[in-house]
Amino acid sequence: MNAPDSDPLIIAGTPVGSRLMVGSSGYPNQQVMLDAIRASGAEIVTVAVRRLDMEAGAESLLDLLSGRYRILPNTAGCFTAKDAVLTAQLAREALDTDWLKLEVIGDRDSLYPDVEELLQAADTLVRDGFKVLAYSSDDPVTCRKLADLGCVAVMPLGAPIGSGMGVLNPYNIQMIRAQIDLPLIVDAGIGTASDAALAMELGCDGVLLATAISGARDPVAMAAAMRHGVAGGRLAFKAGRIPKRSNAQASSSFAGRIRT
Amino acid sequence: MNEKATPTTSIRPKVAIVGAGVCGLGVAWRLAQQGCAVTVFERGEVGRGASWAAAGMLAANVESEPGEEALLSLTLEAQRQWPAFAAELEAASGREIGYREDGTLVAAVLQDDVERLRFTYDYQRSLGLDLTWLSGREARSRESCLSPQVSGAVWSPNDHQVDNRFLALSLAEAATRAGADIRCGQRVERLAIEQQRCRGLETTCGFHAADAVLLAAGAWSRDVAGLPVELAPPVRPLKGQALALGMDPQAPLLTSVLWGPRGLYAVPREDGRLIVGATVEEKGWDDSLTAGGLMHLLWELWQLLPGTEELPVEETWVGHRPSSRDDAPILGPSAIAGLHFATGHHRNGILLAPLTADLVAEGILQDRAPEPITSFGPDRFAATPSPAARTAAQ
Repeated sequence: MNAPDSDPLIIAGTPVGSRLMVGSSGYPNQQVMLDAIRASGAEIVTVAVRRLDMEAGAESLLDLLSGRYRILPNTAGCFTAKDAVLTAQLAREALDTDWLKLEVIGDRDSLYPDVEELLQAADTLVRDGFKVLAYSSDDPVTCRKLADLGCVAVMPLGAPIGSGMGVLNPYNIQMIRAQIDLPLIVDAGIGTASDAALAMELGCDGVLLATAISGARDPVAMAAAMRHGVAGGRLAFKAGRIPKRSNAQASSSFAGRIRT
Repeated sequence: MNEKATPTTSIRPKVAIVGAGVCGLGVAWRLAQQGCAVTVFERGEVGRGASWAAAGMLAANVESEPGEEALLSLTLEAQRQWPAFAAELEAASGREIGYREDGTLVAAVLQDDVERLRFTYDYQRSLGLDLTWLSGREARSRESCLSPQVSGAVWSPNDHQVDNRFLALSLAEAATRAGADIRCGQRVERLAIEQQRCRGLETTCGFHAADAVLLAAGAWSRDVAGLPVELAPPVRPLKGQALALGMDPQAPLLTSVLWGPRGLYAVPREDGRLIVGATVEEKGWDDSLTAGGLMHLLWELWQLLPGTEELPVEETWVGHRPSSRDDAPILGPSAIAGLHFATGHHRNGILLAPLTADLVAEGILQDRAPEPITSFGPDRFAATPSPAARTAAQ
């Protein structure tokens, strides 16, 4: 097996130690969160700026995570470009990072990105010097536009946020992969380890997930499962899978078998 | 009083308690009953912190969550103690505390929410908890005002309620009657710690010597000066917004406690008040009531109990749960001799009140943690100190 650093994920010129990125909300409690994040092996942990105690009081989320992980602020809960830009600027000031997971939501029921607002926000933030990792719908056109605008990573959804339905349109993800040289990260929709492995087998560079771990019956065990799922999927992608056949083909030859 | 007296079972220690919430008051009552000289220091009024903001649910079963199995044994034990504790307290204080055994119903409308409820139900049943799955029709036969759209529910016969505000006032009365001295409006300015031993308190009214000090200041427990940062209990304020609606007490819309899918609960009181809570917000000490917070509560409630739209809003409030890192309480002796903790109860302070009172009082009398709470001491967090604590320790 390859040493982990022989195949690093590089985002905005920075090597990232794990291809699995995780969220920080929805856990039964903060100790379970800390234990699960440790078990996931993740180096990047995303936090929702609007749900944060920015003063980082003792025992707050920021107090517990900072110094241990790279904090990736996100704009969850923003419905307009203006909202997302203001939230991003607040995050940059408070957290001292120009990395941002940009999320601009179109409606509360689907939590689908509002593409028009998303592109506008991405443009503004990239010009303002942010390293934008953009949460996107899984359509190749939007993903290509985000790449063209100068985002440092494009993050199409596998399925709606929190749905746990897996990668619902693997063909789209493959099409996006074929078009984009930037880090491609499936963000949202992962339900279990095989979903994460599938995303990686499709050629994605990483997976970002939250509820699949925090809402599992045993979040710490599921975090370890996701770590293995992502690592296994990545190795399988690099190894090159066999073509599918419609008929069986024995792995050992029939020639030379013992006659009776 | 001899200030150097060592606490033993034969010599009753002189005890000072920081905080007159249900935790501090419960311990004060038990210690005063045992003949200790007890003084409770409260910067505000009795029971006006999380004890006031709570809803009084005694819900060990429906609130159990993955990773909190050790806590469950504590909350179930507290639940068993509640009937006798309630009777004893009402007799000792001469006040009613509104303990009701009407059970708890968890209801869901949307298919996704029903399936999530089933997932939680399966987990809780695997722990051996006494819960029953109900169809929407069965749920409505228990609570006739439930929305016709409720399509699945869980019935918990052992999750009850108490009026938490009455509880706090009643504990203060019982403690006072037993001889405790409750000093409201006296702020503790500093714990007097010398050579790893706590010798008393500096208060706004001067120094108060004590053989044992109990820190029971809820979400404020880290903020008491004099405590080294690395030894402060890992407790943070967890904001919650709540409100009370007024039902007709003769024809209440609800008789049991009701839970919805996204943390919503509704608790019907005898006098017709319907307590509706609560948001869970990692917002530090922010204490604003927000439109979004109240909208969330009212919207989730309306989905389950549409009749509530006609009810008057009687009160709205914000509280701060004293949440520890693992949501379990921090109980018993600390690393500093003579200093004990009863804090970090998260949302279980009312439920655990009988057990906190008995076991923390016993810990003070024996100067060591009694067996049921040995695994709930402050030392369990030593492996992962917060960055703030690590910095201070260097």
